[in-house]
Amino acid sequence: MANRWKNDLSERDVTPESVYMNRRTLIAGAAGLGLVGAGGTAHAETLEPNDWEDITSYNNYYEFGTDKGDPARHAHRLTIEPWSVRIDGLVDRPGDYAFEDIMAKMVVEERLYRFRCVEAWSMVVPWNGFELADLLEMAGVQGRAKYVAFETVLRPDEMPGVAYPVLDWPYVEGLRLDEAMHPLTIMATGIYGRDIPNQNGAPLRLVCPWKYGFKSIKSVVRITLTDEEPPTSWNKSAPREYGFYSNVNPEVDHPRWSQATERRIGGGLFSPRTPTLMFNGYEAEVARLYEGMDLTRHF
Amino acid sequence: MWAGPINGAVRRVPVWVLWIGGLVPALWFFYLGLTGGLGAEPIKALEHELGLVALQLVVAGLAITPLRRHLGINLLRFRRAVGLLAFTYVGLHLAVWLFLDVQDAARIGADILKRPFVTVGFAAFVLMIPLAVTSNDLALRRLGPRWRRLHRLVYPAAVLGAVHFVWLAKGFQIEPLLYLATILVLLALRVRLSWWVRRA
Repeated sequence: MANRWKNDLSERDVTPESVYMNRRTLIAGAAGLGLVGAGGTAHAETLEPNDWEDITSYNNYYEFGTDKGDPARHAHRLTIEPWSVRIDGLVDRPGDYAFEDIMAKMVVEERLYRFRCVEAWSMVVPWNGFELADLLEMAGVQGRAKYVAFETVLRPDEMPGVAYPVLDWPYVEGLRLDEAMHPLTIMATGIYGRDIPNQNGAPLRLVCPWKYGFKSIKSVVRITLTDEEPPTSWNKSAPREYGFYSNVNPEVDHPRWSQATERRIGGGLFSPRTPTLMFNGYEAEVARLYEGMDLTRHF
Repeated sequence: MWAGPINGAVRRVPVWVLWIGGLVPALWFFYLGLTGGLGAEPIKALEHELGLVALQLVVAGLAITPLRRHLGINLLRFRRAVGLLAFTYVGLHLAVWLFLDVQDAARIGADILKRPFVTVGFAAFVLMIPLAVTSNDLALRRLGPRWRRLHRLVYPAAVLGAVHFVWLAKGFQIEPLLYLATILVLLALRVRLSWWVRRA
């Protein structure tokens, strides 16, 4: 089941970080001299992965605080060993699955994905992870299951942000079963070939690249198969602003800001905005999941 | 009881010191933004910092009258500089939003009209324009008693600024609510004051 999706977004694999960082410096220098931008393809430029520093220092993980820098400052307090994921609900083999046992059975791949936050910024992240479909099949999905619910770990002793009622803790998310089984949907366990840092959702987090970032729930401790649409944290907090689907869609604005454009992180103080792509650029892969649906109503 | 020494100490501080000290944060944030000191997304960070300082200066300006009436601390001669600095920061905050953040003239207009939290923030800026324009001795003389009435516009401007901050937060966040509460308390102190004055 693994390796069902190949990246057609870039011809090359992810460049080793050291080489990449050097090249980035060169590009930044050239841009300063006005040498870049005369030609070249937009695709190659936009799919340059963000550097490790950006990916691991600019995070939304409100359990550690609402400032973008709070997760990097506080997430080291999160204990990630031992870790297990409870898989329950409409599955044949419910139970607590130890992280090591899961990793022993899963095939970890590199996936270079666009990541689009609902706040209208974006990154490109070289994840390492396995297909969620493989994990669900390990537990044996029953025929009646229609949705997958996820839950983030809740540890008030290790998470200073949960002292405040910013959201109704624990953080919960959900996908329709066909979205969860889609080959693009992965559980990420690494970035740039290293273990995923705590602030990015260690030891394993969902990555669903055609949806706004908050759908990609971090530090997952529970996965429940259900026949009803599960509650999701941001939808509970502001139902007018955040729908269950939350697919990236430049034509459906957030009530408080436009979603037509985004800013790539890493461009500095004069970084331009670029147009946001339908389904975050994965339209060819996922548009059929939503055929016949009114996406302004099911936002 | 500390009012005497405090008043004595601040009397020796020239107003230009406040101007210099007040403008340093703006230059510092801009320098940090250019050199990577504001993190991976310096535009939002700069916008946020400038807006926050603007709101802090508005709070400081509103505190001057109650400080004098209730505690006897007289900072009155700094009030004009505090107000003009607040306006400067609101202007810089707006400029960063226009030129670095949104970058698109059509969208700027649409955002001001369509997004209530932007509308509210922009309204606060507009209310502050006549105050900034008349913050000089000539206008004060020419307007006479009308000057005081005009400058009460700072009350709605302050409330709108705080509402703007509360409204843009995601989820339930305490910091913006503290600013709104502080401003409302500072305004409430004036209501009770004028009520007492009338009865006396």
